[in-house]
Amino acid sequence: MPATWIVLLVLALAVTGYVLGRSRALKSAGGDSRNLHSLPRYYGAHVLLMTLVPALGALALWVILQPLIVDNAISAGLPDSAIPEASTRGLVMSDVRRVADGLDLAVSEGTISAEDAASLRPEFNNIRDRLGEVGVALGSDVSAPVLKAAQEYRRASSTASLLMTITVLAIALLGFGYALSRTNGEFRARNVVESGIKALLVAAASIAILTTLGIVLSLIFNTLEFFKLYPAWDFFFGTTWSPSFGGGSELGILPLLWGTFYISLIALAVAVPIGLFSAVYLSEYAPRRIRSIAKPLLEVLAGIPTIVYGLFALLTVGPLLLKVFGDGGLDWMQAGTAVMTAGLVMGIMLIPFVSSLSDDIINAVPQAMRDGSYGLGATKSETVRQVILPAALPGIVGAILLAASRAIGETMIVVLGAGAAARLSMNPFDAMTTVTAKIVSQLTGDADFASPEALVAFALGMTLFVITLGLNVFALYIVRKYREQYE
Amino acid sequence: MYDAPTLERDVTEAKTKFSARNVQVWYGDTHAIKDVNVEIEDNTVTAFIGPSGCGKSTFLRCLNRMNDTIDVCRVEGDIRLDGEDIYDKKVDPVQLRAKVGMVFQKPNPFPKSIYDNIAYGPRIHGLARSKAELDEIVENALRRGAIWDEVKDRLDAPGTGLSGGQQQRLCIARAVATQPEVLLMDEPCSALDPIATAQVEELIDELRANFSVIIVTHSMQQAARVSQKTAFFHLGELVEFGETGHIFTNPEDERTESYITGRIG
Repeated sequence: MPATWIVLLVLALAVTGYVLGRSRALKSAGGDSRNLHSLPRYYGAHVLLMTLVPALGALALWVILQPLIVDNAISAGLPDSAIPEASTRGLVMSDVRRVADGLDLAVSEGTISAEDAASLRPEFNNIRDRLGEVGVALGSDVSAPVLKAAQEYRRASSTASLLMTITVLAIALLGFGYALSRTNGEFRARNVVESGIKALLVAAASIAILTTLGIVLSLIFNTLEFFKLYPAWDFFFGTTWSPSFGGGSELGILPLLWGTFYISLIALAVAVPIGLFSAVYLSEYAPRRIRSIAKPLLEVLAGIPTIVYGLFALLTVGPLLLKVFGDGGLDWMQAGTAVMTAGLVMGIMLIPFVSSLSDDIINAVPQAMRDGSYGLGATKSETVRQVILPAALPGIVGAILLAASRAIGETMIVVLGAGAAARLSMNPFDAMTTVTAKIVSQLTGDADFASPEALVAFALGMTLFVITLGLNVFALYIVRKYREQYE
Repeated sequence: MYDAPTLERDVTEAKTKFSARNVQVWYGDTHAIKDVNVEIEDNTVTAFIGPSGCGKSTFLRCLNRMNDTIDVCRVEGDIRLDGEDIYDKKVDPVQLRAKVGMVFQKPNPFPKSIYDNIAYGPRIHGLARSKAELDEIVENALRRGAIWDEVKDRLDAPGTGLSGGQQQRLCIARAVATQPEVLLMDEPCSALDPIATAQVEELIDELRANFSVIIVTHSMQQAARVSQKTAFFHLGELVEFGETGHIFTNPEDERTESYITGRIG
């Protein structure tokens, strides 16, 4: 039975449980809800939760684990002889899965009968062609062990699915029965539902945390793997970046880090003054009517996808800069893609970020500060400069640091605007590249994931992660310290 | 504290500092101040009393044009400081506020050092030509604010770190430092305990020697203690204005009497 049906069945059972639980509780109190410990709907919700949550939890766990377990079992059953030279067990297993999926599809479309699919033999039936008919393209002819494994795979999967249906429905029924049997007027359904809701919320929070942990761990393990193949010293202190998948690559991070910081620096040099000044204007000078129009407009900038900014860099800003600083003009610039192009466009992207955060922070400065300053005969700009900005400074620094970590992590604008050459140069009109852009280029295309050239992406990612994490923590620390000041 | 007020009151015959004629204030559509006429004398403490929302703070804020910072607020009528219309187009509200200092309900020291808090006004108005002169202004202001002895050893400490009463006296010292002619105080003691209140009241009485002081207060005892003139506001109208002793002992208007005896408000 497909998972959708199971979910629907469990849901139906849960809704029935709600109605039954509610009426059973009412009946036990002689129809008068005032005699119950909790409101009738809590008794219903109790049965509903007890039916739904454990069953769906088991279903989710099963769906995740089943392919892993079946895969392992089938993979262990594959004889070594079935693995051709220059291939791996993993590649053969993906063939197996593909054939199994193809057979499933063929059966469901009716081109192969279910019995045939289980008993096909490669010697007699042209499986590759028959699967090709239903749209499953295979790279080579199917060998006997692969076909056998695929058939086993299908058998195991269908048994497992049947088991899953039975288990999940059984758990649902058990929960349903147990909850219903506990339902009577004395039962504290409200408290149980309350703790059930708390458990749900805790589960949601832990999923978020565990996922983060998983991502970090996978980064760490792959980075360690990389450092086994490539010396860490050369990675962190090498000044050349020239990966070649044939071997003999030099993978020094310094040119990439330099590119990242240079572009981020230009971006911040654009975004911080403009963003900050517009925040000051919006919060201190602008009449309410202008503010109510201008602020949302500014925030629209934040909603533009970065790829659009990238196009803007590539098609508008780059050529424009080239006209001024390129061949015909000052002759500092070779091509439209340069640190300056990407930096300027990224700066524009960050303006709403800085301005919106700073605006909130400036607004959080108590009106009493402004009154005090105006009351002493200060002008607006004196008040802003000498009272409001110093009071808001820690928050503004926090906003700038958050913007900086956005800039460091930005990819698309760099790919399109800054070029792909990893180089250490002071000229802002040279093409350079960043850590993120190189992660993309190391992982796109046919890469062998065991080579240092691919694994370096994880080391790059890890470095970036540590840097942005550090910035974020620092920013949060500053923002928090600032908050305490007025409370 | 003020022990024998009535005697001295009769002696002081000061010249008029502020004169308000037919003042109207609107917040959007709300008519907050209705047709107020009042003469405020120099070297006098004038108290504005009245129930909450009666417009006394609003009227106070008209006197140094602090209401300009509120978008929806509209002021009509004629308010003259030393005979000059302060709502004239030629008048710079910034300069006016340097002349008419203000102390707020809640102490609002800037998040700066004590020294910088006091030096703020003199610096923006260029009152000191040298560091030594500024030091002197700061010291004088702190002495006038009756807080010098408590803070003279820690002028570099943040002003926000002082106690509530000290903060309020710091704010008074800060207002005094710009050498204003009039000092407006909007319920300066409402956030203070009785001891700090007594200190501030004493200070107000001393300040009278150099300034015209206008104080908004909810405490009738306070008005009786510190002021020579009292104005009673009710529902945006100036009901009665006169000698403090007279208002408290022999009010002419029925509403004033009800308020003072605690029947309304």
